[in-house]
Amino acid sequence: MQNYYQPEIECMPQADMKALQSRRLKNQVWHVWDNVSYYKEKMVKAGVTPDDIKSIDDLHKLPFVTKDDLREAYPYGLLGVSLRDAVRIQSTSGTTGRRVVAFYTQHDIDLWEDCCARAIAATGSTKDDVVQVAYGYGLFTGGPGMNGGSHKLGSLTLPMSSGFTERQLQFMCDLEATVLCCTPSYAEFLAESIEESGLTDKIKLKAGIFGAEAWSNEMRLRIEEKLGIKAYDIYGLTEITGPGVSFECCEQTGMHINEDHFVAEIIDPETEEVLHEGSKGEIVFTCITKQAFPLLRYRTRDICVLSSDACSCGRTLKKMSRLMGRSDDMLIIKGVNVFPSQIETVLIEYGLSSNYQLVIDRHNHSDTLEVCVELTPEMFSDTVRAIERRERELHEKIKNILGIAAKVTMVAPKTITRSEGKAIRVVDKRKI
Amino acid sequence: MTVKQLSVFVENKPGKLMEALEALAESGIDLRAISLADTSDFGILRAIVNRPDHAYEVLSESGFLVKTNNVLAVVIGDKPGGLASVVRLLSEGNVNIEYTYAFVAHSRDNAYVILRVDNNDEAVNILTKNKVTLLTEKELYSM
Repeated sequence: MQNYYQPEIECMPQADMKALQSRRLKNQVWHVWDNVSYYKEKMVKAGVTPDDIKSIDDLHKLPFVTKDDLREAYPYGLLGVSLRDAVRIQSTSGTTGRRVVAFYTQHDIDLWEDCCARAIAATGSTKDDVVQVAYGYGLFTGGPGMNGGSHKLGSLTLPMSSGFTERQLQFMCDLEATVLCCTPSYAEFLAESIEESGLTDKIKLKAGIFGAEAWSNEMRLRIEEKLGIKAYDIYGLTEITGPGVSFECCEQTGMHINEDHFVAEIIDPETEEVLHEGSKGEIVFTCITKQAFPLLRYRTRDICVLSSDACSCGRTLKKMSRLMGRSDDMLIIKGVNVFPSQIETVLIEYGLSSNYQLVIDRHNHSDTLEVCVELTPEMFSDTVRAIERRERELHEKIKNILGIAAKVTMVAPKTITRSEGKAIRVVDKRKI
Repeated sequence: MTVKQLSVFVENKPGKLMEALEALAESGIDLRAISLADTSDFGILRAIVNRPDHAYEVLSESGFLVKTNNVLAVVIGDKPGGLASVVRLLSEGNVNIEYTYAFVAHSRDNAYVILRVDNNDEAVNILTKNKVTLLTEKELYSM
């Protein structure tokens, strides 16, 4: 069979999948109850015991886990195994400066890499392919996840990490890479660099798997045309596992969810009510196989639509649509999660109760972040040096917290746009 | 022996400097000396005016961020090396000059510069000891 990595799962009849999910969910709820006291307390408070969960239809009885829970339970409060069984962490930024740390056992890494292998296989790639992984490596899940998936599939893996464009192009040409994994904005940047360097004829790419930030269909078409490839979307989040929670097939009409590991629900972000399939709402994931970080009903804050319609690729896994927004104020800048509250925390720590605004733009296919801060009388000085020193100090602090560089600009008091008396905190000028 | 200087934060946007200057003009405030320090994002307008407290109020009310500092108004001989001799004195006395700007007055023999230093007391001490004339606010405003 073509384009599948685990056809017995990917093409499993939906009734069988539901039975598998039910079995796994029951076991998982017991595992969490026995090992994660933080969540057990939540269940007790909600008046639910593992005995109440008899099948996947009882999922709605379980309490949600939110980013606030992750912050409160930081660092080890949601760990579901002993330290001797945990083998890895990955991390992403949290809401107020405290990072999200997710844990993995070897079993968890295996299933994550399987999910990524499915995503790579779905592009028609096999062990004969050369996969260039240009996502960041390290705490970020992008690099490690796709790297592992490529290994599982048996493709030759180029662990490039992000950046160093010249080297990317050299390896892409010399080693004849056929699959490119990176953020869509970096893919577009690479595509232009290839054109400018006159290397178009030397490129052997046939597919790209792009995720970790929002992109539009127009952007997909541009990348496909410039690189002469088919561009596939991939979705994931560190809290659930990383890339590979869902992935696109050749139909390119949404991302198949790896439902044997992650059960999806759509809820109304206000009422928290579970919505019917086809409704637009916040997607919530339950990990039914993960051991070390077994989040149940994790509220992603990502807005999308679910569908169980038959897919021409033969997969029976449900699909989620392209993301349609967020139910909170999280921004994704250069693939990094950014909350305006993080910037606010920095300003307060710095002794500034000052008004601020984030201006996000995209230049040369790379996101830029400018933090405008209204000067206060205490901060103002008659020397340029003193003001620029403050800008630099803030720049450093913000970089430490967010992990990305921001341009800090001091602006005059009361110049940050207000609408109905409320300051506008975010201006996103990106056209994607 | 120092004089009051106003510093005004001016964003690098068309019309901003004019706004500040017009606010002063409308209130009949006379500029004695002026300098504009600029970066790519903002500028700092520094001015010596005849009524600094009044000017402070006027600019603040117009929404500008204003600060007052004490600076030195130094009389130097209007000849080559005039400023250099003053700067040398301060330098030898370990007083740092943050910035300086000149201003025009109706005199043929002398030139006038504003000096912003990191230690006013020490600078006044050094300069008066070396018979360098410093203008008082009163003298400055009556020029």
